[in-house]
This record gives sequence, C-alpha cells and structure tokens, in this order.
Amino acid sequence: MLETALSIALALITLAWVLNLYRLIIGPSLPDRVLALDTMYINSIALIVVYGIQVDSKLYFEAAMLIALIGFVSTVAVAKYVTRGDIIE
Amino acid sequence: MDSLIEWLVSASVIIGGVFALVGSIGLARLPDFYTRLHGPTKATTLGVGGTIVASLLFFSWQERGLQLHEVLITLFLFITAPVSAHMLAKAAMHRQLKRMKGTRGEPWKQ
Amino acid sequence: MKLMYRVLPYPSLSLILWFAWMLLSGFTAGHAVLGAILAVLLPLGTRPFWPNVPRIRNLPRLLGFVMVVLYDIVVANVSVAIKVLGPLRSIRPGFVELPLELEDDFAIALLASTISLTPGTVSADVSPDRRTLLVHGLDVDDAAALVAEIKQRYERPLKEIFEC
Repeated sequence: MLETALSIALALITLAWVLNLYRLIIGPSLPDRVLALDTMYINSIALIVVYGIQVDSKLYFEAAMLIALIGFVSTVAVAKYVTRGDIIE
Repeated sequence: MDSLIEWLVSASVIIGGVFALVGSIGLARLPDFYTRLHGPTKATTLGVGGTIVASLLFFSWQERGLQLHEVLITLFLFITAPVSAHMLAKAAMHRQLKRMKGTRGEPWKQ
Repeated sequence: MKLMYRVLPYPSLSLILWFAWMLLSGFTAGHAVLGAILAVLLPLGTRPFWPNVPRIRNLPRLLGFVMVVLYDIVVANVSVAIKVLGPLRSIRPGFVELPLELEDDFAIALLASTISLTPGTVSADVSPDRRTLLVHGLDVDDAAALVAEIKQRYERPLKEIFEC
C-alpha cells in the first residue's frame, strides 16, 4: 500500500510542478515568475522527501535541506532586485 | 502496529501531495498576483509539512528510534516562507501590478 | 549571574542552536560537546546583529500560541483549498489595514510571519512608524471581523509572551 501511496504522491507533486511551470511561462509580470520559481523549489523539496522515502535512503534529506537554503536566498535576492534594482545597497 | 504506521505514512504523504497540488492550482488559476501569493503558503505549510511528517514516521519506524532531523526543513521553511512572501508582495506593490475586480482596499505606495 | 549573561547573552538562541546541531548531526556525545561549543560561540560572534531581542516572559503561553497557530494552519488550509477549487467569482480579496498594539520590532515580525503562514492572509507591508500592518486577504467578507480575529488570536498572546 505504501508503494502505491508514494507513487500517487509523486504524481500529484509532479502535476503541481507542471502547473508552476505553466505560470512561469505565461507570467505575465516578473513577480509572478519569481513566485512560480519560489513555489517550484518548495515543491521540489516535497518531491525529494517523498523520493527519499521511496528509495529508503536518508541521503536525500541533505539535498532537500540544501534546496531549502538556496531557494530562500535566491527568491529574496531576486525579489529585492525587482523592488530596488540592486541587491546589496 | 506495522500496518498502522504504514497507513499513517501513506495518509500523510498523500495529504502533502494534495495540498502541494492545490497550492499550484491556485497559482495557475487565480486571477491576479496578490491572490496567487496565497498558493505557495499552502504548498509550504501542509504540502511540505505532510511529506515531512511521513518521512519522520517512516524513518523512525525503519530505524526503530526517533528520527527528528526532517523537522529542521519544516522549521526552516516556516521561518523563511513569510519573508519571501513579504518581499514578493513589496515587489508587486512597487511595480503597481493590477488587482482583480472587486478587490477592496488599496495597496500602499512604495 | 552577570558572568552567565556575558557567556550566554541569548540563552534561548543557544538552546535552539544546540538542538538544531544535534538534529543535523545525530545524538552522540561528541556532537553534544561540539554543539555546545558552537551554541556558545555563535551568539557571541553574531551579537551585533541582534538588536534588543525581547526576552520570553511567559513560556507556557508561547507553547499555547504555537499550538493555536499549527491548528489554524490546518483549518485555514482546508478552507482556502475549498475556495481555490471552487468558483472564483465568489472570492472577494481585499487589502486590510491592521492597527498594531505591539511596539517591539521582533514581536511585530513574529506577528507578520504568523499572518503569512496561515493561508488566506499575507502580510504585505508595515508602515515606517510601525503602527499599521497591511494585510492582504484572499476572501474578506468583513474587514473589521478579520482585524478583530487577528488581534484576539495572535496579537494578544504575543503581547503577553513578550510583555511589550
């Protein structure tokens, strides 16, 4: 049963990822695209965690943690760039 | 006992997947930027939260001991997600993005 | 007491750092020592970055607050999910101005984060004089009711926790 549930969850999150990609492509504004990327990295974390359960390996935890760290910094940097035209003033 | 934990892991992993999907449906479907901003909060809180709970239960069960380090991801996301939402809202107000019809109240001038 | 304050300027920060280190590296004796050293050194090294962090005065209230927020996150998630999947014509988004009673920057940041974490509301901006918070709600039936709910559920506990 667990195998089926994990496959369903992977399918759901992948579908979510495709919807984010749709928003990333059509925009229409720059903040929309940044928001789509932000959601994308959050969904990637969920995807990696579920995959980690599926292959029964704790190594994937580190990858998810790294994506969380880098995703946050890049979203804030890009958002700040959109607002101010500069990242470090 | 084993089947109960398996059931719990399956349930939380699917709850996580469903909320991640609902967040992205919101992102794709809602009409203006400010309403779309509400999508990722769902994906972060219950979406990742559900999968993390599943992972926590699963590895605690496999290793026969409490494995808590997945909690750090949730904790980190709970601290950072409001910050990025706030930065994006400020960026949108700075660019004076259109609001959907029927929005009450005004965004502030930046 | 004074010496303790010098070595551990932020006891709760040190505790959180130590616990995070233990979670990351596993609960072994060696990591407990290394984590303890880091938990003392890091707050000392980053002291200039923490201006006037208020002390937690009421720990049981803080735990109660965390429970309320977690419960609200689950409930609000479900109600927002229904709104997102339903017909979009019926949702009425709006910007709501929330007058702040909290005076401390750190407490205001916590309140703003709490508002953003519960789905359906995002805190968009805070006025330069720290008196008003701009909140965007996905479906606002009654702005005054939303303000009253946020004040009662989140702001009052925070005020009691930090006594500011």
